Amino acid sequence: MATVTETRSVQELQAVCKQIRRHIVTMIAAAKSGHPGGSLSAVELIVSLYFGGRMRHDPKNPRWKDRDRFVLGKGHAAPVLYAVLAEAGYTPVGELNTLRKLGSIYQGHPDRRFIPALEASTGSLGEGLSLACGMALAARLDGSPARAYTMLGDGEIQEGQVWEAAMFAAFHKIDNVVCIVDYNRIQLDGFVKDIMDIEPLTDKWRAFGWHVIELDGHDLNAVNAAYDEAAATKGKPSVLIAHTVKGKGVSFMENNPKFHGMAPTAEELQKALAELA
Amino acid sequence: MATGTKFELKMGAATREAFGRTLVELGRANKDVVVCDADLSKSTMTTYFAQEFPERFFSCGIAEANMVAVGAGLASSGKIAFVSSFSAFLLNKGFEQLRVTAAYPEVNLKAVGTHSGISIGEDGPSQMSIEDLALACSLPGFAVLSPCDEVSMRAVIHTVAAHVGPVFVRAARAKSPIVYGADARFPIGGSHELIAGKDVTLIGHGLLVAEAIRAAGSLEAEGISARVIDMYSIKPLDRDAVARAARETGAIVVAEEHLADGGLGVRVAQTAAETTPCIMEFVGVNNVYAESGTPDELLDKYGLRAVNIAAAAKKALARKSAR
Repeated sequence: MATVTETRSVQELQAVCKQIRRHIVTMIAAAKSGHPGGSLSAVELIVSLYFGGRMRHDPKNPRWKDRDRFVLGKGHAAPVLYAVLAEAGYTPVGELNTLRKLGSIYQGHPDRRFIPALEASTGSLGEGLSLACGMALAARLDGSPARAYTMLGDGEIQEGQVWEAAMFAAFHKIDNVVCIVDYNRIQLDGFVKDIMDIEPLTDKWRAFGWHVIELDGHDLNAVNAAYDEAAATKGKPSVLIAHTVKGKGVSFMENNPKFHGMAPTAEELQKALAELA
Repeated sequence: MATGTKFELKMGAATREAFGRTLVELGRANKDVVVCDADLSKSTMTTYFAQEFPERFFSCGIAEANMVAVGAGLASSGKIAFVSSFSAFLLNKGFEQLRVTAAYPEVNLKAVGTHSGISIGEDGPSQMSIEDLALACSLPGFAVLSPCDEVSMRAVIHTVAAHVGPVFVRAARAKSPIVYGADARFPIGGSHELIAGKDVTLIGHGLLVAEAIRAAGSLEAEGISARVIDMYSIKPLDRDAVARAARETGAIVVAEEHLADGGLGVRVAQTAAETTPCIMEFVGVNNVYAESGTPDELLDKYGLRAVNIAAAAKKALARKSAR
């Protein structure tokens, strides 16, 4: 079967990222609750997959057997994934502002009962990498070229299950799984280093048998290159340690723990949209 | 009329052994069957599958949470994925993953817990699963099954492999007497009336089915006609069988190797309350953790024997006649 991808230039991807950010702040403001910080930090990393040709997928055929899978381990960043799925043509853009409302397909955390294009229902942290490993193994058994991507939050990797899965992936040489750590340095209660430091992070993943790629998670050239490097790495799984800025793109949200899980007010939304124009 | 004497109750294989052997049959018939185990394959008997299909067997190490979610990932990609461990570890350590990666997203995962109940014996309470059915039944969409012998386990494993949806199957370490002939069928949501009776109904699952049969034999000798039902499908429950038993016998005893709180007993009681309320008694593990001992010693000490079931039946009959 032909590879279905959509590849855009970095300049075009930057425009998509800006649009995604506008959707994120607008839908969370409409919902009056949600997680803007960790959605904004993940934009380039997810846009590169869906629009930069790094993930093989087909919005017209969300259940294509050989598609690449994406599992959002950090399910509270649902707005970024919803905005991407909508812009890619999987779901209606016009309904994004129904986020978190009764009957909306855009549930508070990703819920595959409502959106077939979601590969998993997430929100309880620590489970995404295990799920992606299972999907990658299934592809390997089927002789399929499909790859499985999962994005974890930095706070999320405090969960023990992540390290069970990290051991498992390396032991079984699952080289078609890619883990992305959105290292934005802030979790709900404050800065990661103050809540439960996860350093030395690259050493941890290397010690677990992973190919580690450290990068600036907002530099689209670096992000694209990192995915290419991961795809070319055989015999072991790859992890992207992506240094990002929580709240990226909205000045008053950047590096501000308050906007981990706080919606912007109407006034803040206007200010944010002006910055994202 | 069928009686307790009809059953020879010849000792057969453990249900975990039947589970392991049946997995191999499934593996031969369908290349999409895959199995995950958490360093207990020589006890859960998934080792038979691992030996024949090493490429479809995934050793997960002692990491049940990851194993359950890996299984859910395999199932999400179209595999018929079995995950297996001791029931105590699978349900307690993997519960969150059973909930969020299997039940809630309606994933076709097959979880099989062996060494259930207190009859695991000498290893003691940390390994004993006395709350697994309560946990499994609390998961919306899960089918929960507890076969009593090697014949029914084989049939149940074939049934759940063909069923689309999440499933928990409970198996035991100890050998169990053979109750069924080879042609018996075990649909999800079914039950089997093993002995007809009109005075009281004895309902059991797993190892206590044979004890209920023996209890019916001793009651018969005292002139009491006891119906015996193997309620192998804990969820969904055969509501008609419960309502009929309540209506026709007016007294029900539920016997199980599980906490009396939260097991089959409370599910039968709820169904009776919703259909035909009747006198009920419960034989189970009573709000306590057991201890080390041989399986026989433990079943005796914790009151999970035919004699206990017969005593409960007489108590129920006394309450019924005092009404």
